Amino acid sequence: MTHLVEMTGVQKSFGGVHAVDGANFHLDAGEVVGLLGHNGAGKSTLMALLAGALPLDAGSIRVDGRPVAIRSPRDARRLGIEALYQDLALADNLPASANLFLGRELTGRFGLLDEAAMERITHEVVHRVNPAFRDFQGPVKSLSGGERQSIAIGRAMHFEARVLILDEPTAALGPAETREVGRLVGRLRDQGLGIVLVSHDLHDVFRLSDRVVVMKAGCIVASRRTEDTHPDEVLEWIIAGAQRDAARGTPVRPESV
Amino acid sequence: MQTGLDPRTLGLGIAGLGIWLLLDFASDGLFLSPRNLYNLAVQSSVVGVMASGMVLVITARHIDLSVGSVLAVTGMVIALLQAEGVAGSGLWTWPAAVAVGLVAGAVIGASQGWWVAYRAVPAFVVTLGGLLVFRGAAYLVADGRTVAPLAASFGALGGGVAGSIGETASWWLGVAAIAGFAAVTARARTAERRHGFAPRPRWLDAARVAAVALAVGGFVAVMNAYPRPQSDLGRGIPVPVLIWIASALVVALLFRATRFGRYVSAIGGNPQAAVRAGIDVRRVTLGVFALMGVLAALAAVITTARLGAGTNSMGTLAELNVIAAAVIGGTSLAGGRGSIAGAALGAVLMQSLENGMVLLGASSAVRQIAIGGVLVAAVWVDVASRGRSEAA
Ligand SMILES: Nc1ncnc2c1ncn2[C@@H]1O[C@H](COP(=O)(O)OP(=O)(O)O)[C@@H](O)[C@H]1O
Ligand SMILES: [Mg+2]
Repeated sequence: MTHLVEMTGVQKSFGGVHAVDGANFHLDAGEVVGLLGHNGAGKSTLMALLAGALPLDAGSIRVDGRPVAIRSPRDARRLGIEALYQDLALADNLPASANLFLGRELTGRFGLLDEAAMERITHEVVHRVNPAFRDFQGPVKSLSGGERQSIAIGRAMHFEARVLILDEPTAALGPAETREVGRLVGRLRDQGLGIVLVSHDLHDVFRLSDRVVVMKAGCIVASRRTEDTHPDEVLEWIIAGAQRDAARGTPVRPESV
Repeated sequence: MQTGLDPRTLGLGIAGLGIWLLLDFASDGLFLSPRNLYNLAVQSSVVGVMASGMVLVITARHIDLSVGSVLAVTGMVIALLQAEGVAGSGLWTWPAAVAVGLVAGAVIGASQGWWVAYRAVPAFVVTLGGLLVFRGAAYLVADGRTVAPLAASFGALGGGVAGSIGETASWWLGVAAIAGFAAVTARARTAERRHGFAPRPRWLDAARVAAVALAVGGFVAVMNAYPRPQSDLGRGIPVPVLIWIASALVVALLFRATRFGRYVSAIGGNPQAAVRAGIDVRRVTLGVFALMGVLAALAAVITTARLGAGTNSMGTLAELNVIAAAVIGGTSLAGGRGSIAGAALGAVLMQSLENGMVLLGASSAVRQIAIGGVLVAAVWVDVASRGRSEAA
């Protein structure tokens, strides 16, 4: 069966650090994958490779079973892969509509920006995500973490993303906003998106995901349907690695913690 | 709802007005005479042309210290082609010489931008090097000679005796400008309504149009009040001021209404977000420096036309006035925020200080001290206000 996204044997090193070391990862449409692992396990790097923010050292990526070359964020977006980063990468000095359309602005006659159209669409889309959103005029600097996130999620919705990468989406949010993100993730999944939820919060992941994938030292060490596992077992994988490296089928030495 | 009035620009206008009245008082009414205001307008245009480019450079979190030297070298090229030609090519017409100068400015700017964008050398270093390199190159163009005479019709670009468009044309142009501004305002209202937004209150837009009409009308009246030599006919708007206004409008359009300008702002606001949004940050950066180079060459056109010659010391220390104009005009050295209109006001303010101090008989040493002080004070205001808005 073909997956929406399939990453095979991907590698990425920074100098001597093997941040991603031959990981195999896949994602299906209408599925929420919780990607877990210690700090430094390589989760963000793996997702950056998928989002085109970093070039691959080795390995391959398929989308709908077709091999693709993702060399830049632009390439990724063209394939319907949107990422929402840990640090909520928005241009703080620009208003909501400029951020939602950043890199894909609507233009009218003479190639001039069609601000009115972009604002109108931003109102519609962001209100669908977050009916309480108010400040469309000011720079996004003054918005709350949740409001900023509604812009980023609105971006994915408007451009009809098929894959949404949420890297620690709740790290900057309060409890109410965290629940709101959870609700949105569910809604987007029901619309058929494949969603990767990067987190080190076991509770979040168990609440929201259909499948749990664990990374350790740059490798995928476990992948299990959420309903078939238990937080204690996952914690064990995170700390010690799985009995077998699920991805490569090679044994992983349990490390002393 | 936005008022569309940047409080900084407004504050700057009020401060400028205060300085004008002070200088006028101190100079027994010389400062605000039509003759001096005409000269002030012409003098401001050189800094003004470059200041709009500097707004983009600084907004993108860079700096260009080389603009005075780029002005000198491109000005020498423009002068040499007209006065002597090169390699036995005969004399060039001034439009051809100007075209070569502008292209040279673009190439110089792009090459500096290449070092900044593709080789990651800080702009401060690249353009500090450029400040020396291009000052030296300006000397080498004609072995340090002053190059003259330039084509007679070229002098008009400098705002001299034949360098203004006369009373009637000035009034018509003023009326056209006011009508244009009103039309743009009206269009914006229609567009907002069409997209289901409430436009600004009608009285506010009307007040804006009225303010612009007053400013334009006043400007034309003053320029017309300065007569041509041995004549009752007023001079009207100086050509270099038209060059300045036209270039500032083009740069403002680029900055506010195109993808390029949007990307400049985004890079200044959060370079990482810009990269992740698929923006080619390096190409945009190179473009910003190329644009700055073209504007330095355009300032060189005005400078050489005013002097009627090319000298290798043209534009010395211009970078300080240009940067000060941009920063005084509300462009943040932290990047991400800039105003073309503010920079124009800043250019007038810097030139007013210079001009006023000359009227009051201040030596060039004293003027340097004052300009240096103003530069530091302007940046301090920027830093202090940023601190406040971040604390808020
Ligand atoms: N840009 C980078 N330069 C150098 N090392 C990096 C860079 N990004 C990540 N790393 C290293 O790669 C490893 C994996 O990091 P990361 O993917 O951020 O892990 P995670 O998101 O799971 O916490 C870490 O050892 C980290 O220090
Ligand atoms: Mg991470």
